Amino acid sequence: MRLATSLIAGLIFGLGLIISGMVNPTKVQNFLDLFGSFDPSLAFVMAAAVAVTFLGYRIAFRRGRPLFADAFRLPTAKEIDRRVIIGPAIFGVGWGLSGFCPGPAITSLPLLAKGTLVFVAAMLAGMALTRLALQWAGARTALRPGAGEIQQSG
Amino acid sequence: MIPVEAPVTEFTPVASAIGGALIGVAAMLLMLGDGRIAGISGILGRLLPPYQNSDTAEAGAFVVGLMAAPLVWLAVTDTPVAQTVSDHLVLMAVAGLLVGIGTTYGNGCTSGHGVCGLARLSSRSLVATLIFMGSAFLTVLVMRHGLGR
Repeated sequence: MRLATSLIAGLIFGLGLIISGMVNPTKVQNFLDLFGSFDPSLAFVMAAAVAVTFLGYRIAFRRGRPLFADAFRLPTAKEIDRRVIIGPAIFGVGWGLSGFCPGPAITSLPLLAKGTLVFVAAMLAGMALTRLALQWAGARTALRPGAGEIQQSG
Repeated sequence: MIPVEAPVTEFTPVASAIGGALIGVAAMLLMLGDGRIAGISGILGRLLPPYQNSDTAEAGAFVVGLMAAPLVWLAVTDTPVAQTVSDHLVLMAVAGLLVGIGTTYGNGCTSGHGVCGLARLSSRSLVATLIFMGSAFLTVLVMRHGLGR
């Protein structure tokens, strides 16, 4: 059931990215281009997604525990530290340059655009290298089994 | 130099809100069923080394679902997915690397911080979201309009 839930959630998520236009890097860049060909559509994506998720999480949390797992696994980090400032600053440069964030890039893979294939390969390499570097740097709190991936919220 | 492409895209408030709502439904489903945040960079991280036995199969199933979406869309609607991707491969490689490093170091991307984090009223995610939005905005400003113009 957990596999089926994950598969269906992924499919609905991907369809949401396609229908919303978020899967189109040019549209994303136009949203970010306030002083050029500005397209405010993505504000509607974000607003609707956050609102529905907010309500959906209230319904989920009211149950006390998930339907098919032992417990909710939520990010535990609260502190505004170096990582949550530097990381998003770096991410934003890549997002602006390409118009791709991780979800739309993965969803676009079967469309086989060359730019997408190169982007995803580089992104996965960057993720793996950073994970290994964090482990080598001894940041074990971030990569400890059980706690590690809970910290990784997105 | 970075190629400047700025084709106009149509303002689509209704489709975008419907798509956004579907993203919210998916996030709710994953939390209700599996107890997990629908953060894409986190889910991808579970499929990458160093492996921590953190429900790799479920993470894989979610990613398969994402990749099935354009095929299902094509089969059901018989219209191609509207998309213009840059074919400047060096630019895309640099961008991909930055997105991979930044989202892993920063513990999240648009979905984990921007959607799920904000929906949980996390101040950490609010800070992250404001920073990546600001950073992306400045990047597009410089890329499309240049500095000091």
